[in-house]
Amino acid sequence: MAEMNLTLKIWRQDGPNDPGGFKSYTVNGLNTHMSFLEMLDVLNEKLVNTGDEPVAFDHDCREGICGMCSMVINGRPHGPLEGTTTCQLHMRHFNDGDTVTIEPWRAKPFPILKDLIVDRTPFDRIIQAGGFVSVNTGSAPDGNAIPIGKEISDEAFDAAACIGCGACVAACKNASASLFVAAKISQLALLPQGQPEREERVVGMVKQMDDEGFGHCTNTGACEAECPKEISVDYIRKMNWEFHRANVKG
Amino acid sequence: MLNSRIPDGPLAEKWTKYKSKVPLVSPANKRRLDVIVIGTGLAGASAASSMAEMGYNVKTFCFQDSPRRAHSIAAQGGINAAKNYQNDGDSVYRLFYDTIKGGDYRSREANVHRLAEVSSNIIDQCVAQGVPFAREYGGTLDNRSFGGVQVSRTFYARGQTGQQLLLGAYSALSRQIAKGNVTMYNRHEMLDIVVIDGKARGVIVRNLITGEYERHFGHAVVLATGGYGNVFYLSTNAMGSNVTAAWKAYKKGAMFGNPCFTQIHPTCIPVSGEYQSKLTLMSESLRNDGRIWVPNKKGDDRRPLDIPEDERDYYLERRYPAFGNLVPRDVASRAAKERCDTGFGVGPTKLAVYLDFKDAIKRLGQDVVSARYGNLFEMYEKITGDDPYTTPMRIYPAVHYTMGGLWVDYNLMTTVPGLFAIGECNFSDHGANRLGASALMQGLADGYFVLPYTIGEYLSNDIRTPTIPTDHEEFDKAEKDARDRNDRLLNNDGSRSVESLHRDLGHIMWENCGMARNEINLTSAISEIQSLKRDFWDKVSVPGRDDVLNPELEKAGRVADFIELGELMVRDALDRRESCGGHFREESQTEEGEAKRDDENFTFSSAWEYTGEETEPTRNKEELTFDTVQLTQRSYK
Repeated sequence: MAEMNLTLKIWRQDGPNDPGGFKSYTVNGLNTHMSFLEMLDVLNEKLVNTGDEPVAFDHDCREGICGMCSMVINGRPHGPLEGTTTCQLHMRHFNDGDTVTIEPWRAKPFPILKDLIVDRTPFDRIIQAGGFVSVNTGSAPDGNAIPIGKEISDEAFDAAACIGCGACVAACKNASASLFVAAKISQLALLPQGQPEREERVVGMVKQMDDEGFGHCTNTGACEAECPKEISVDYIRKMNWEFHRANVKG
Repeated sequence: MLNSRIPDGPLAEKWTKYKSKVPLVSPANKRRLDVIVIGTGLAGASAASSMAEMGYNVKTFCFQDSPRRAHSIAAQGGINAAKNYQNDGDSVYRLFYDTIKGGDYRSREANVHRLAEVSSNIIDQCVAQGVPFAREYGGTLDNRSFGGVQVSRTFYARGQTGQQLLLGAYSALSRQIAKGNVTMYNRHEMLDIVVIDGKARGVIVRNLITGEYERHFGHAVVLATGGYGNVFYLSTNAMGSNVTAAWKAYKKGAMFGNPCFTQIHPTCIPVSGEYQSKLTLMSESLRNDGRIWVPNKKGDDRRPLDIPEDERDYYLERRYPAFGNLVPRDVASRAAKERCDTGFGVGPTKLAVYLDFKDAIKRLGQDVVSARYGNLFEMYEKITGDDPYTTPMRIYPAVHYTMGGLWVDYNLMTTVPGLFAIGECNFSDHGANRLGASALMQGLADGYFVLPYTIGEYLSNDIRTPTIPTDHEEFDKAEKDARDRNDRLLNNDGSRSVESLHRDLGHIMWENCGMARNEINLTSAISEIQSLKRDFWDKVSVPGRDDVLNPELEKAGRVADFIELGELMVRDALDRRESCGGHFREESQTEEGEAKRDDENFTFSSAWEYTGEETEPTRNKEELTFDTVQLTQRSYK
């Protein structure tokens, strides 16, 4: 395993209202088997040992499923590898001597809290605006009383695979949350369980998305290209259709 | 003195009778009762939403940026339920029996039976929420077999069952937040429990963004804070998973049950270096088709493909012909350790064994193998850079789950009245070893179908308690303790990073309280941990301030608690002079090296009681009685 040295240009910002800027660091003696976040751990331990504040970044499961990690690496959300979260990106995809630029998600509805950490609570509020089936605990019929064809079920699953990381927003020039919102709307619109609230769900969630200040869809597909779960932009088409259908039905 | 409050009557009728007799709280009174829930994993999110639907005022806290991120989300394999949809003879009794036996007869019959009873309801509830479980072409739910049981009772959603179940619970929680029935506090960490007149009455939390300390009152407090596997530093747990909430509860009088019961999962990606921050699980399902082997010559450095068939030792098939590669987790883990300890390990660190799909690909074709395991193979390749289709995977056991946790009675209440513990953070249902696909089942059983009933027994006696103002002296004291501790961490003029101290703790725990334990090592581990604790408080260096977002400070507090927990785990492991489930005492094994239980002396759960900083904890016993199942020695030969 080859050793590597890197120069890192990392966005540092004390708090939401403080000015931020890039700071350069060198890290030496890295190992190609490290994950990207382990590379940052090495930097942070070095900073702590010299009495400096480590770089704050969100991370938790480090298995690519919790959706917590969120960095723009060399201009791309979650870095250069397709279908991969930052935590699953490994250093073998970089070269010795590289300069790597690391920034937070940049979108007005996701204010920076510190360094690379942003506030993604708008996503929670969008789900609260209708991203559920209203079924109280205890009132469910038998699981097999609701047959669902495998194709429909698989299609709903593809949408449900969204991890809510926000890379779609970070990738979009308009900071649109369309892919995130469309994924949940599509999952529930495809399934029989989602039918009773189908119209009010799409109207409510789209309104909340707009109220949070996310921009319009650019139709460029940047979101799909950067989505670590490779969720298709076709779901945005489906959301638009659902939205118009709901308005026509009144 | 421990009262487990198990209802009378025949095992299969206890829960039904309990439900029809438990006192109810009227809707008008529910509105006046505040319940605090800490944690938003499967247990916490399901409990919070269910109680809010019932009419309680719920306040919920999580340290992550959103309740949807809790570590339940990472569960891959599936969730068990005694539906018998496959018509293969499954029943509530069989699920109950498998769980008791799998737990090596160290869990409570009544709790486990209740778990099996409500398992079916969980599937119904999740389907109704829109959880996209795997389906047959005819539209019915699909099942698979898991963890070596003889029936197919595991429901799954590709390799992301935990994610889909958690998003279901999160959606139910979101609905209640929107209705104003739950107040959600993201990025808040619980730092202490407030106990007033012997009852849990609130919590101190720190807002992780602003650093502010907050006081919250509740008529009851529910901990749903997960397991403590990160005491080993390296585990498959998320980086933030921690014991702090449960540990504070312990120090406020909640007893800790079977802390040494740890599950070490056999199929994880091996450690590759000192920088490693966490370990990644490869689903147990891989053992359905993969064959595990090591070279039969010590220190054989050839590439796996160059090692001919007759120079390979398929040691699980050799030792356990009846179950082969499908032996339970604890057995498979110990066997891998035995091979590596005796010098047959492979890979750069020699702490790995091969999991080989060559024969499966020959037998089934690459397409079938890819359909079954494609996403896992892809994940393996992302992490290691090796392609499992052409070269065998390297795997090694890793800490995955903790069966131990806060001791709770049948109502899931700890020994502090009004303080409840649900999901992995209690000790309740898995005994000394957990079966695959049972953690999700227990988390959702506790949260959707058990606690919402059992909490009523406590709260029905509490309807006259008015809201206690948070300027009460016990709130003052608890907040001051939390602040003082953080001040001490920040003002310590030390030189060592939290990370390096945590790594030291992990090393002590893994070497002495891991897959094999003995008297000598455990005894020396106690003094090593005590000395590490002194080192921690003398030498730790925590930069930054406490009135801002400071992840290093959060980590420091958690590691300080892990160190203390580590000592308790070692004490428990030392005290239990038998092998059972994941707890293997080298002094207690058969001539063939298999675990030997000692039912005569150890058919009990240990409940450890905190007695002060300077004194040793007291071990209390809950004797386990088995009225329905007969205790037998597990054999997989």
